[in-house]
Amino acid sequence: MKKRYITLTVYLVVIMLPIYWMLNMSLRTNADIMAQLVFFPTDITFSNYMKIFTDPAWYNGYINSIIYVVLNTIICLVTALPAAYAFSRFSFIGDKHVFFWLLTNRMSPAAVFLLPFFQLYSTFGLIDTHIAVAMAHCLFNIPLTVWILEGFISGVPIEIDEMAFIDGYKFPRFFFFVFVPLIRSGIGVAAFFCFMFSWVELLFARTLTTTAAKPIAATMTRTVSASGLDWGLLAAAGILTIVPGALVIYFVRNYLAKGFALGRV
Amino acid sequence: MKKWQDNKGWLFILPVFLIVAFSAIVPLMTVVNYSIQDIFGPGQSVFVGTEWFREVLRDQRLHEALWRQLLFSGLVLLIEMPLGIGIALLMPAKKGFGASLVLVTLALPLLIPWNVIGTIWIIFTRPDIGLMGAAINAMGLTFDHTASGLHAWITLMLMEVWHWTPLVALLAYAGLQSIPPAYYQAAKIDGASSWSIFRYIQLPKMRGVLTIALLLRFMDSFLIYAEPFVLTGGGPGNTTTFLSIYLVKIAVGQFDLGPAGAFSLIYFLIVLLFCYLFYQALLNVGGGKES
Repeated sequence: MKKRYITLTVYLVVIMLPIYWMLNMSLRTNADIMAQLVFFPTDITFSNYMKIFTDPAWYNGYINSIIYVVLNTIICLVTALPAAYAFSRFSFIGDKHVFFWLLTNRMSPAAVFLLPFFQLYSTFGLIDTHIAVAMAHCLFNIPLTVWILEGFISGVPIEIDEMAFIDGYKFPRFFFFVFVPLIRSGIGVAAFFCFMFSWVELLFARTLTTTAAKPIAATMTRTVSASGLDWGLLAAAGILTIVPGALVIYFVRNYLAKGFALGRV
Repeated sequence: MKKWQDNKGWLFILPVFLIVAFSAIVPLMTVVNYSIQDIFGPGQSVFVGTEWFREVLRDQRLHEALWRQLLFSGLVLLIEMPLGIGIALLMPAKKGFGASLVLVTLALPLLIPWNVIGTIWIIFTRPDIGLMGAAINAMGLTFDHTASGLHAWITLMLMEVWHWTPLVALLAYAGLQSIPPAYYQAAKIDGASSWSIFRYIQLPKMRGVLTIALLLRFMDSFLIYAEPFVLTGGGPGNTTTFLSIYLVKIAVGQFDLGPAGAFSLIYFLIVLLFCYLFYQALLNVGGGKES
């Protein structure tokens, strides 16, 4: 039993080590970083973070990223909930084919769609808007959301729906006030995955934006200046991209294990 | 499982259908258009039939990129799947502070933007300022992923394993959590060894989630772009030019829309084929469907 936890702890430390190293750099000035290798820095400075929080070109990157990620999560959940309900409860013409077709979009290489997306969104005048990125991310997030939610919905016996209708519930009232609360942990898990895959994606986000909706991940290339890379600033920006994700995990931590298990193949 | 026979279901899936059709079918048809035309400029194009496909299929560099990609995905799956399952078996089964801490730590790498992952590993492996690079150099070995293809591969594999093994572990852990305690009690009464508990109880019960893990890991490792792009840019030489990197080079770098279109379609079909094979294989292992 002891050995088991030691192995696990070692693994977790290995996971944290690269992240810790970046945190370490983010708290030091560039000159200090280049001068020496220190595991526990003594001259801690927050100047890198201050620069990011005071320069609009930097903090707008975070705001842009958060806007399109939240938009994407909302679009995915609102459209995928009824769809997942239909796939779980109804048997209709072409249901299996549509389900498989949806999943194939999760497998399509983003690089394949890069140019067509640019053309398509240019035609609609959507380039450099948050909604363009949110829509593009729907390509792979909606299939995943439908997949996860379908698993959760199938975990609720269909008899509950039938009982509710016998009791005189109209469908919308049943769906929003009885059914949605029943699968709220599933919605939490689905939202987590939408957030995660939209937050980490760069290729679409970078291609479809120029300035007004530029994501933080693309802004990070700004650290290259005439004097070379500013490692401290780069590290600080990187650390700040982890924060929203860490907060989201913290909120869904109790559903995480359960959520994965119910998603069926 | 009982279902209502009703085509009203289509009404429910209509929003999803429209959105995905807008962002999947329209671009896909654009790609098909590219792949069979020679495009000189806006409105100027000539139908060339299958010429681009023939050109792409004969492209030596594409073959190399494909083998490199297959080797990479194969190695990734071979390392991550057993390691992830192993980690899941070590994780505390009971809920509580310890379990939460482990879960949150494991999920952390998954929520870092992919190019930041590349940045983290550049910093971590640099011989002058990185902990790992400096540690290896202190042992008397030279390690530089910008100069040696082998070192670039080692760095990429380490990064990939570091980044994605937690996903496999989380999925496997979820599968383990769904096993009723009665199974273990029965096994204990029968005097089963821990290996046979793993082989006959835990592994079959994890099959569903492991299928998801295998499919997700295969797809994402086969489509990998941002991390190697940030870390090595496909180099040194072409040693880490994977399919996506090569495709973007052709499409955006050289703006060869025709070959890029043909390449895209072939790429997509390869991914579909593999996913279908894995899916079928895993459904058939152990016989029959099981929830």
